[in-house]
Amino acid sequence: MNLAELQNKLIAAARADVPDDRVPYAFEKRITALLASRVAPQNLELWVRGLWRAAVSCVVISLLLGAWAFLNPAQPAGADDLSQNFVTTLLASVDQNDTMP
Amino acid sequence: MERTEAELIAAVLKGDAASFEPLVKKYSPRVFAAAHRYARRESEIEDIAQEVWLKAFDKLRSYRGDAPFEHWLMRLTVRTCYDFLRAHQRNRESSFSDLTEPESDWLERFVAEQDTASENADAAKALINRVLEKLSPSARVVITLLEIEDRPVKEIARLTGWSVPLVKVRAFRARAEMRKILEKMAKEKYL
Repeated sequence: MNLAELQNKLIAAARADVPDDRVPYAFEKRITALLASRVAPQNLELWVRGLWRAAVSCVVISLLLGAWAFLNPAQPAGADDLSQNFVTTLLASVDQNDTMP
Repeated sequence: MERTEAELIAAVLKGDAASFEPLVKKYSPRVFAAAHRYARRESEIEDIAQEVWLKAFDKLRSYRGDAPFEHWLMRLTVRTCYDFLRAHQRNRESSFSDLTEPESDWLERFVAEQDTASENADAAKALINRVLEKLSPSARVVITLLEIEDRPVKEIARLTGWSVPLVKVRAFRARAEMRKILEKMAKEKYL
């Protein structure tokens, strides 16, 4: 059998076989619907991802603050206390008025 | 007034997914025709076409607009078909013992007298489809584009993303692979 000739003949057969270019009914609508259904989860996914990142950041900050509070125990009474100082400053004018004759 | 392709693409990129529909409608026949070269079942052809359009939507930002949209889309189509072939490498090891009667008759006619075996016969078309299915994915893509669709090597390189020398090497190997398959078919049939 002449294989080269067979190969040429079969290639010619493939060339003569024009591919079918028919598109199924409403194919474009199906693609649009598919794309629309993909867009919604994408938005949701972005939100979920953002919230997860925020949650992780909050946990990290809480842990750092916890560690800081643990490693720096409260000062003994009489020492500088931020909350006490804040209250004193806030009420300074009222105290002044009370002491004035 | 009908919008131009560039306007439709710009609208899609701005988030208007509905503007993609006219593009799908216009170019789907080309995508389906290309997919028919690489897959036989209708469901597979539809899967390929769907995959092409989803990829086109996702990668639309990479379309620069310096070449026709159709060229960009056909590149995507050929690459998707190649991926499909790689993922569905079935039937490659099967034998030719299950040739249908018309296919066997056509082969016998070819052996007896080459000129009487017409290349327009359905049996010849079925036979070449069998042979193509047995080729490796890269060989099938090269044979389809180079020999069947008669495209220049440079264009094949552009469509496949392979370099020109690689296309030439793969074309050489593909022809040899096809010859081997035909040899095997002849042996199984006549020995």
